[in-house]
Amino acid sequence: MRTSDGERSDRSATDRKRHREKLRASIRENIADIIAEEAIIGRDRDRLVKIPIRGIREFRFVFGDNTPGVAQGDGSTEPGDVVGQAQRSGPGTGPAGDAPGDETYETEISLDELTEIMFEDLELPDLERRAMREIVSDHAARRKGYRRVGIRIRLDKRRTARERIRRLVVHRGRTGNELASPEQRLPFHREDLTFRHVTSTPRDDSNAVVICIMDTSGSMDTLKKYLARSFFFLLHRFICTRYRAVEIVFIAHHTEAREVSEDDFFHRGESGGTMISSGYRKALEAIETRYHPSLWNIYVFHCSDGDNFESDNPSALECATRLAAVANLFGYGEIKPGGKRSYESSMLHLFRRLDASNFQALVITDRTEVWPAFRGFLARDRAALPSEEARD
Amino acid sequence: MGDWTIADLEDWDARIRAKVEAFGLHPYPQDFEISDAEEMLGYMAYSGIPSHYGHWSYGKAFEKLRTLYAHGVSGLPYEMVINANPSIAYLMRDNSLCLQILTIAHVYGHSDFFRENFYFRATDATNALSSFRAAARRVRGYVEDPSIGAERVEPFLDAAHGLSLHINRNPSVPRLRPGEERERLLRDAVAPPDPWASLHQPHPVVMPDLQRNPPSPVDDLLLFVRDNNPYLSEWERDLLTVVDAQARYFQPQIDTKIMNEGWASFWHREILRALELPPGLHLEFLVHHNQVVRPHPGGLNPYHLGLEIWDTLDARCVGDRSLLFEVRRAERDVSFLRRFLDADLMRKLDLFEVDQRGEQRVASKVSSEDDWEAVKATLLQNVGSATIPVIRVVDADHGGSRTLLLHHDHDGRELHLEYAEHTLAHAYRLWGRPVLLATRLGNKEMLLRRDAEGFSAAPA
Repeated sequence: MRTSDGERSDRSATDRKRHREKLRASIRENIADIIAEEAIIGRDRDRLVKIPIRGIREFRFVFGDNTPGVAQGDGSTEPGDVVGQAQRSGPGTGPAGDAPGDETYETEISLDELTEIMFEDLELPDLERRAMREIVSDHAARRKGYRRVGIRIRLDKRRTARERIRRLVVHRGRTGNELASPEQRLPFHREDLTFRHVTSTPRDDSNAVVICIMDTSGSMDTLKKYLARSFFFLLHRFICTRYRAVEIVFIAHHTEAREVSEDDFFHRGESGGTMISSGYRKALEAIETRYHPSLWNIYVFHCSDGDNFESDNPSALECATRLAAVANLFGYGEIKPGGKRSYESSMLHLFRRLDASNFQALVITDRTEVWPAFRGFLARDRAALPSEEARD
Repeated sequence: MGDWTIADLEDWDARIRAKVEAFGLHPYPQDFEISDAEEMLGYMAYSGIPSHYGHWSYGKAFEKLRTLYAHGVSGLPYEMVINANPSIAYLMRDNSLCLQILTIAHVYGHSDFFRENFYFRATDATNALSSFRAAARRVRGYVEDPSIGAERVEPFLDAAHGLSLHINRNPSVPRLRPGEERERLLRDAVAPPDPWASLHQPHPVVMPDLQRNPPSPVDDLLLFVRDNNPYLSEWERDLLTVVDAQARYFQPQIDTKIMNEGWASFWHREILRALELPPGLHLEFLVHHNQVVRPHPGGLNPYHLGLEIWDTLDARCVGDRSLLFEVRRAERDVSFLRRFLDADLMRKLDLFEVDQRGEQRVASKVSSEDDWEAVKATLLQNVGSATIPVIRVVDADHGGSRTLLLHHDHDGRELHLEYAEHTLAHAYRLWGRPVLLATRLGNKEMLLRRDAEGFSAAPA
């Protein structure tokens, strides 16, 4: 009869890690579907989200679902009695290992982890940062080996004791006998003391602002807004992984623009026509007053269905050019759930004339396109970096 | 820790062991280890083996067990006991004294079963744990070997795990070498001596095809691949041996689940009765015991079913329990149920056949006068190895192109096609040449094929 040794290492750790890696790989494969789930968009960063993940299956020869089984009743079972709901092929129904069938289950994952997985396969370079904006903001402390000298609080008692025992063994070997009496002690020595060594690396950090501009005119229906929202969500998440302090500005416009709260931005419908230039002017105004380009990295994205007043087009183009000049990245997303039929009349046509390397215009027609579009958007930024071109 | 000390447990263990001997049980020497919940989960993920090779599927098992436990879907078992000599059992630290006593007695029941049941003879309990440890060390060596590495070991183990359960189901039938098998076939082909030969039509002599490899269908898929695929490396052969040995070690436990749990429950009850516990402990014991062996309506609790049958057998013994010990030695679940689960008991337990109809599970047949045999037949198909399709190697050189031909013995149950497809991919990886599987789908003979082009299915 003995108690298990609590010091023993956690032996399943490696296998769990490997399983986790495989799960992550499977999440990555299905990322376009997963991030388009309504439940994920617009959540707090620390909250856990539930996402459907297909478990990593272990394939064997097994019988199909329709093989009958035997069960026990309460004593009065009659033929034809319904005894339960069909199980959604839960695990462990038999000794044969995994039950076949759809082994999809919901896994809880923190939004941060999901974001990390999302951006893992983008292999993006660090976004452009101007030297002026970089502020040494943080010291990350990290353990790094052991030292003979150090401050008291970092004394490693275990290793220190081990050093002493080592010396004891050497001492025994040399004199060939045990210590003569318990009184003859072998005290700790200065050389025994072992301290944990800690290094700190300064981390460069900077500020960023994400300016979301959305057309809230009458023609933007719920579906269009949802697609826009998915895109803004991704952009915000992404910027959060790159910068320490991220602010977000919501600008809603129809023929006039105003800054609104997040809730209003996504949920309050408006009506009327569209003047895109109004939204851009509002953004320029915010940049001028609060987010000066010498202190902030600026990301601007605009979603609209592209039905702008003809008369507004020249002014919209002019404002867009000015925005592209101050922003790190400026994007225009045209939401066309029905397809691309009105392409020629859209803003895309107009924006072809905007010649800025950090500007990107794209079309989203359904929710599975959000992720590819987002990738394309960021690729624009990558192409804009000379160092990256050299690497390609 | 609960309301006990190690000294208490040792004291109770000695008293229990005295009863165990008095009842005539014959367990292995027993080691106990007291573990916390996390450690128990760790042992469960590796089926209790203290030193086991690593593979992500055990990480998955751990995560699954922990999730179920954390959400309260399933509790932890009170104990785990390993078929080894000396045997090891893990006791839950959080259990009360009463539960520990119950558990210790229960463990001795299992250990006796491991030691005395015929089907466990091949598991080599004395050396099992050390050979698992040696295997784990070798596998780690392959992973760390720069010329092999985890990226080759892991997919190979994935594939081997996919086929590992297809092993000889009856260890009493010896595995013949191909030469011996051919001799046996020749012997069988010749008509037996017949003193009335002049009265009968002479038996036609059908010569067996002695060129065929294997001479007659083989159950042991992994070992067959190991011995007949000349392109495998030594480390690959070794992995096949390791995975096969593990499956073989666990097969008797799969095949005797009902008997074994019933046996251990029967004896822990007998032992605790004989211990004459103080009333408080005794009452708590009854609560726990009933918790463990209660029926699960809509399901089938092996503890309950097993104990019920052992109880009916015990009722037949008057003063002499040698029948029980005899049955414990000779049977496994399939034969145990076939022999001793009669119509009366089935009706008492209200066993019924359950079928899936749309979204509902429906009792299709009950243990009535007309149907109890059908229900019983279904039950026999759903215990132990009978839940695994019988798939055999028929020909290692099909069509003269070293194509492996497998045959599924169709017993009315169809293979799950998607799983068959992926498992054939595993077989293809191990065999290195096209693999065929003859089976029946929707009353049509089909030939599933996996080769370099991928998977295909065609009518045979």
